[in-house]
Amino acid sequence: MLLEFQDIHKTYPGGRPVLNGVSLSLDQGQTLALTGESGSGKSTLLNLAATLDRFDSGEILLDGTALSRLGDADRAALRRTHVALVFQQFNLIPSLTVGQNLSFHARLAGRHDPDWEAHLTGRLGLSDLLDRHPESLSGGQQQRVAIGRALAVRPKLLLADEPTGNLDETASATVLDLMLALVAETGAALLLVTHSHAIAARLDRQAHLTNGRIA
Amino acid sequence: MIGTVLQALWSHWRWHRVQLATLLTGIALATGLWSAVQAINAEARASYDRANLQLGLGQLDELIHPSGRIPLETYVALRRSGWQVAAVLDGRFDAGGRSVRLMGVDMVTYPALPALTDTQGNPPDPAIVLTAPGRLFAPPDLAAQLAADPDLPPIIASTALPPGLVLTDIGTAETLLDLSGSLTRLLVLPEQPRAIPPLDQVAPDLRRQAPEGRIDTARLTDSFHLNLSAFGLLSFAVGLFIVHGTVGLAFAQRRGMFRTLRALGVPLVTLSQLVLAELVVFALLGGALGLVLGHLLAGALLPDVAATLRGLYGAPVQGQLHLRLEWVAAGLAMAVGGTLLASGQALWRLARLPLLSAPGVQAWRGKSGHRASAISGGLVCAAGVAAFAMFDGLVAGFVLLGGVLTGSALVLPLLLSVTLGFFARRAKKPVTQWLWADMQAQLPGLSLALMALLLALAANIGVGTMVSSFRLTFLGWLDQRLVSELYVTAENSEQGRRIEAWLEPRADAVLPIRNVELAHETGPLFLYGIVDHPTYRENWPLIAAAPNVWDTVRQRQGILINEQLARRADLWPGDRLTLAPGNTLTVAGVYSDYGNPTGQAIVAMDLFDEIAPEADNRRFGVRIDPARAEQLAEALRAQFDLGPGAVVPQAAVKAQSRAIFEKTFVVTSALNVLTLGVAGFAIFTSLLTLWTQRLPQIAPVWALGLTRSRLAALELLRSLVLATLAACLALPLGLLLALILLEVINVQAFGWRLPMFLFPSDWMQLFILTAIAALLAAALPAWRLRRVPPADLLRVFANER
Repeated sequence: MLLEFQDIHKTYPGGRPVLNGVSLSLDQGQTLALTGESGSGKSTLLNLAATLDRFDSGEILLDGTALSRLGDADRAALRRTHVALVFQQFNLIPSLTVGQNLSFHARLAGRHDPDWEAHLTGRLGLSDLLDRHPESLSGGQQQRVAIGRALAVRPKLLLADEPTGNLDETASATVLDLMLALVAETGAALLLVTHSHAIAARLDRQAHLTNGRIA
Repeated sequence: MIGTVLQALWSHWRWHRVQLATLLTGIALATGLWSAVQAINAEARASYDRANLQLGLGQLDELIHPSGRIPLETYVALRRSGWQVAAVLDGRFDAGGRSVRLMGVDMVTYPALPALTDTQGNPPDPAIVLTAPGRLFAPPDLAAQLAADPDLPPIIASTALPPGLVLTDIGTAETLLDLSGSLTRLLVLPEQPRAIPPLDQVAPDLRRQAPEGRIDTARLTDSFHLNLSAFGLLSFAVGLFIVHGTVGLAFAQRRGMFRTLRALGVPLVTLSQLVLAELVVFALLGGALGLVLGHLLAGALLPDVAATLRGLYGAPVQGQLHLRLEWVAAGLAMAVGGTLLASGQALWRLARLPLLSAPGVQAWRGKSGHRASAISGGLVCAAGVAAFAMFDGLVAGFVLLGGVLTGSALVLPLLLSVTLGFFARRAKKPVTQWLWADMQAQLPGLSLALMALLLALAANIGVGTMVSSFRLTFLGWLDQRLVSELYVTAENSEQGRRIEAWLEPRADAVLPIRNVELAHETGPLFLYGIVDHPTYRENWPLIAAAPNVWDTVRQRQGILINEQLARRADLWPGDRLTLAPGNTLTVAGVYSDYGNPTGQAIVAMDLFDEIAPEADNRRFGVRIDPARAEQLAEALRAQFDLGPGAVVPQAAVKAQSRAIFEKTFVVTSALNVLTLGVAGFAIFTSLLTLWTQRLPQIAPVWALGLTRSRLAALELLRSLVLATLAACLALPLGLLLALILLEVINVQAFGWRLPMFLFPSDWMQLFILTAIAALLAAALPAWRLRRVPPADLLRVFANER
């Protein structure tokens, strides 16, 4: 078991409960689509898995490590080495070039592999864009860079939050195809948050969140 | 509609209170420093005007004699021929160890007398003023001091007299100054009979001088005040950088609001006018705060400035500050003008804001913006150099200075961008690479603050180098000029002769110091006579000399002149100088004479006695074994019943000169430190206002595995690196500034050129101070980052924004 949510509860200060006892697991190499209405807690669950946020009760095990016991530094280390993220807004670093963005996470993790990056660059169709800055790229191109950055680190777990939400239909299909193919190639597990049933249908498993619980 | 729009505009400032405080502080600082300098200048100039007005000077023509002394017979001849003139006998006398200016006037004819002797409703009886022992009129503080001296006539306090001046009847003045039978000048009264003979018939030796032809206090001190104004303007410019940065950011943040307001039907003209009105209100508020700040600052600095002007120029300035309406109006006008100037770009963008563009916080300017800025900088620099090449004078010097400083500041972003890019390309580790690239990306937002820092640092290095070079040169010069072990001032020439005779067998040498004020086309000229002695030959600070300079002077063929006169009249060794009709001498040498605003010349003593036979013989330098100097001083005081101020050891004279020197630069040093403080504040405000934009840039890096602590540390490092780079670039600029100050400004302002020395330890101190300022400026943003809740960072990734 690579990722396991055990009865997770989460309430934002002053708000209603967002996660109300979520239990879910994901094996190595498996892909899981997480669907649900707006505000159902999909992104919150993803952020908890990414160690970006803390839960109130329950436990999350990531590759055997209980996240509730980790301090800031250990959580940051886990993000560097085990987890990679792809966001809807791409969240590339605007001051770095495409090439630098691609290798950034891998180099942070100490896993810089020029051959693997060159392979990814070719597969993602970014070879001609390496010296450009993200602001000069289209949305589809930026998301391909974000996927490349995430996979360059060879993560055990790839977390993607509406990765095609900002793209048109054609770009969306291209990006999703590439991501799924490369995830399969790396053997990483994928937890993908989406509104789209069509996209969810292309993954191994689906889970639906309603009112903070898995339906 | 207007109320609703104003409410919307105001809501931004209510939401961003720190930004509002920053804007008001920027305006207040800019106005405050500038206004402080203007208040000081206005107070000083008002004092000069008051003094001139009170003394009846500044409006009346004067008759003067080239030798500086008008024989009494000439005065009588003029009066008999119908000329309506008022006699004046000017001089200085020592009272209680202090040299006091005494002005003796003909109490019957002197035009300003009634006002001057206004003793608050109790006019003195003319009979007792005119008959022995006479009366001395003095300002209250001086009157209290002089009252303790039993040798002086009774003192009457008059608030109408300028500070530091004693007025009396000419007869009393003759006695006190030991100058009988001659006058200093004659004032030509306004009412003259129709048929008076021409001046050259009655008194051919006299020259008539109009008020504007005289070198008065105001003209002498112009350079000093211009220096102050220049520093005030620099501080004002640095303050405006803060205003520009804050207004720019506020406009960028409100771009969305502006579009929405436009989309809701607010006409562009109305919106622009309301934003303009908003800025004017802020300018008036900040300006008012600045005026309070400026008044306090000027009040704190004025006593030092007054002491400097009194010590350096003998200019009468009161140490009290008055609130003037025109100063308040000018300060507010500067605040409004400066704010609108600093906001011009933002207002221009608002006027051209397209209705249908996606809102964004900050446009990416990148290198093209830096290049445009650098090109403008080059042009401004070139304009400064061209102005200096085409025009002469102090103003041209300041234009050069302003051009070089402003131009360099505009080139700074490109230089920094290139430097950061260089390091980014060579960085191996990803975090280092990101740090350099991030700094480069932040430059558009930080460049204004960094420009302000560059200006402040360059000013500090430049002025510091100038002052320290001056101090070093001045102290060496004092050692050369003040060689005698004792300086003696007798009460009158008769006592002087007796003292000289008494000293001859007891000292190694007695060197008389005699001088007279002459008139020269460049202004007053003080002529000194010296005896031939190794003291002068071995020590006198000559900066240019003909061969056998001292022999030429001894043989009455040559004259030594000070640097001020040499530069003003363009006279150098080999040139000829006419002192009086029939007395033309070859310039044998030029000597440095720091701290003296007027021209000075030295001739052999016997020649001097021919030119000015009636000059005082009261002052002497005494050469003696230093170990015996104090003993001799005591004996001399006892023998002639002299006060402590009459026999002064060399060390005391040097200490007094040093004290005047140090006071001269108190104001510039204070302005320097304040300017650096404002620049530090500019960085702080820039970092603080950029904070809202930092989260989207930092959140992805945090998400990729950097802790908030590390990111906070990197924020501190970023500020430190940028400030250090600015400081490194400020060093050559500061040295260039020092060179311009020493080679151009000082020569134009004071009439002397100084050698430049380098002070690396001062630079190190300044760099450390800059590093501390940069760390302090980044401390709050870094602390915020360290404590930012992950939820805030997560909001960056939220899909529904």
